[in-house]
Amino acid sequence: MSLQVDNLTVYYQTLRGDVQALEGATFSIADGEIMGLAGESGCGKSTLANSLIRLVPPMRLVRGQVRLDGEVLPIDDARRMSDYRFSRVSVIPQYAMNALNPTRKVGKMMAELLGSKGVDFAATIPELKRRLDLVELSHDVLKMYPIELSGGMKQRVVMVLSTLLNPSLLIADEITSALDVSTQKAVAEMLVGFRDRGFVKSLIVITHDISILYQIADTILIMYAGQLAEKAPTDVIIRAPRHPYTKLLIASLPEVGVRYAERRLSGIPGRPPLLLDPPAGCRFRERCSVAFEKCLEAPPFVELEPGHFVACWKELGEDVDG
Amino acid sequence: MRRYLGRKLLIYVLTFFLAVTIDWLIPRFMPGDPVQTMLSRASLHAEAVEVMHGYYTRAFGLDVPVWRQYLNFWVAIFHGDLGTSVYLFPQPVIKIIMRAVPYDVFLLLPAILLSWFAGNWFGAFAARNKWLDNTLLPLGYILTATPYMWLGILLAWLFGVVLGIFPIAGAYSFSMRPHLSWAFIGSVVKHWFLPFASIFLVKFGGWAIGMRNMIIYELEADYSHYLEALGAPRGLIRKYAFRNAILPQITGLSLDLGVIVAGALVTEVVFSYPGIGYLILQAIQNQDYFLIQGCFLFIIIGVLLANFAIDIAYVIVDPRTRLGMVGESA
Ligand SMILES: Nc1ncnc2c1ncn2[C@@H]1O[C@H](COP(=O)(O)OP(=O)(O)OP(=O)(O)O)[C@@H](O)[C@H]1O
Ligand code: SF4
Ligand SMILES: [Mg+2]
Repeated sequence: MSLQVDNLTVYYQTLRGDVQALEGATFSIADGEIMGLAGESGCGKSTLANSLIRLVPPMRLVRGQVRLDGEVLPIDDARRMSDYRFSRVSVIPQYAMNALNPTRKVGKMMAELLGSKGVDFAATIPELKRRLDLVELSHDVLKMYPIELSGGMKQRVVMVLSTLLNPSLLIADEITSALDVSTQKAVAEMLVGFRDRGFVKSLIVITHDISILYQIADTILIMYAGQLAEKAPTDVIIRAPRHPYTKLLIASLPEVGVRYAERRLSGIPGRPPLLLDPPAGCRFRERCSVAFEKCLEAPPFVELEPGHFVACWKELGEDVDG
Repeated sequence: MRRYLGRKLLIYVLTFFLAVTIDWLIPRFMPGDPVQTMLSRASLHAEAVEVMHGYYTRAFGLDVPVWRQYLNFWVAIFHGDLGTSVYLFPQPVIKIIMRAVPYDVFLLLPAILLSWFAGNWFGAFAARNKWLDNTLLPLGYILTATPYMWLGILLAWLFGVVLGIFPIAGAYSFSMRPHLSWAFIGSVVKHWFLPFASIFLVKFGGWAIGMRNMIIYELEADYSHYLEALGAPRGLIRKYAFRNAILPQITGLSLDLGVIVAGALVTEVVFSYPGIGYLILQAIQNQDYFLIQGCFLFIIIGVLLANFAIDIAYVIVDPRTRLGMVGESA
């Protein structure tokens, strides 16, 4: 197991109280696995991703533990965590277009960053150039300022830089949303290429575009209102989902390729609950057509079949005897 | 690059032309006849006034058609001739201005430079120190928010009147003639200190607050968060933030340096310090339109030159301007 997350609970502290954006997340990612992470806007995808690499105020770790390659990550200790960042856990941020210091040449910035982490930049240059070739970037980008690069070029520079130290886990948060369709596909393919070449061991890919996940993800994890709903191999999620929310989510896609966030889930009455004061129990209860009394308790995330996890009392068979 | 500077230069030339034209209009549209004003001060006989009026009208070049006066004005400018003062007749305006300028430079250059260095250093320091941020920064806000006049008068009252440590008027003791001696230099420094300190304090607060806010803004920028996510040490992130935050401060500094020639009107008035600001006040009080005109012209030229220098300097320090000029190169 590359990554093991145990009962991870993270809140945002605000003046009006805690926003319970991630509640009791328990799941794992295998070596070499590309896991897609999906769910409506605001369901806590970025919160989960950020907790694994940069848990800073107003985020607060309430409980839970994260292990990477068997080692516990000090996720809420910024100082100790910085030793793991980049080399063990890395990220391609949502804002990759603005992720580079505008007043530093790309190569110089890389040299200073690596130097500050005690890595010999000169020794990594041949590998860096190989990887630039791989993403079809000219070596000249190293001598340019970020404003001289197009959006897609900046994106690829960030991809190469983020994975340069061969991290065990790479998190890619909505890296394709600002790109046109053909570039999206190319970027997605590059991520798979990085995994196949062993630049990264495993990947979490967050996206609003299920077709991208269909194309590259081995497994998909569905979240709803801060809770995990279902995790299964991609095929199973698309063809045989078991959680009522996943079923509606998949059914509402007329065809693979539509961005679900852009249309309200058709046929699901109501909206997701506010996470400032979420209802106890299953947070999907209000919108669930098969809810029953048991759903007032939070359902556990249980492996019903090998590799297929579901958090739903109905699927656990609790309604029969309950 | 060349085209960019060429375009800028054209704009400056146009601005200069317009500003000079307006400046030329000032005495001609002011109420009252400057020559008359001057003559009425000396109580003369009616015929004497008649004769003198003719003489002075010729002396100020007011006896030719308006369009000629305008052309002559331009010709004179290029000869460094800003006309003759009415109030200090017959001294040339340019000479009076040149006598005042060294005081402005002596007062403002150290105040601007020192406050810039100290303020930026302090602001950057406060941005990462909670305690300083909470205690001394409000002081900075108070300093910059204080009407300058009050601060000047307060300082003059406290150190000049109550404590009697510093003199509060003039550039050196009235009982002295300028000469090279320790006593004279001491007197100059003593007279200089309060006006200097009042400007320094206000500017220091402004720079410190600006720098602190800019750094905090830069530390919240995407590139800072990315560096943090990659585990870069605080030092590197701060260094980048500082370098990017200092860019607008450099613009501010050069703008400040550019208006040195305009003097510091309020300070010079409060402390009767004989720079350009004080000179303008006197010129206005004495309705010396030619002196006012000369001062303004001098300031226009100084500010435009300084701004042009800033544009060039900025092209050198900020790659974004440098590259923005040639358009997107993908
Ligand atoms: N800084 C913050 N302070 C308070 N609440 C926050 C903050 N950031 C996010 N939240 C809340 O936490 C919840 C989860 O947000 P998160 O950004 O993880 O959603 P997401 O699934 O990534 O959404 P999207 O698909 O729009 O990116 C949301 O309800 C949001 O309102
Ligand atoms: S636990 Fe209950 S409310 Fe939640 S999805 Fe299952 S049936 Fe619906
Ligand atoms: Mg997000």
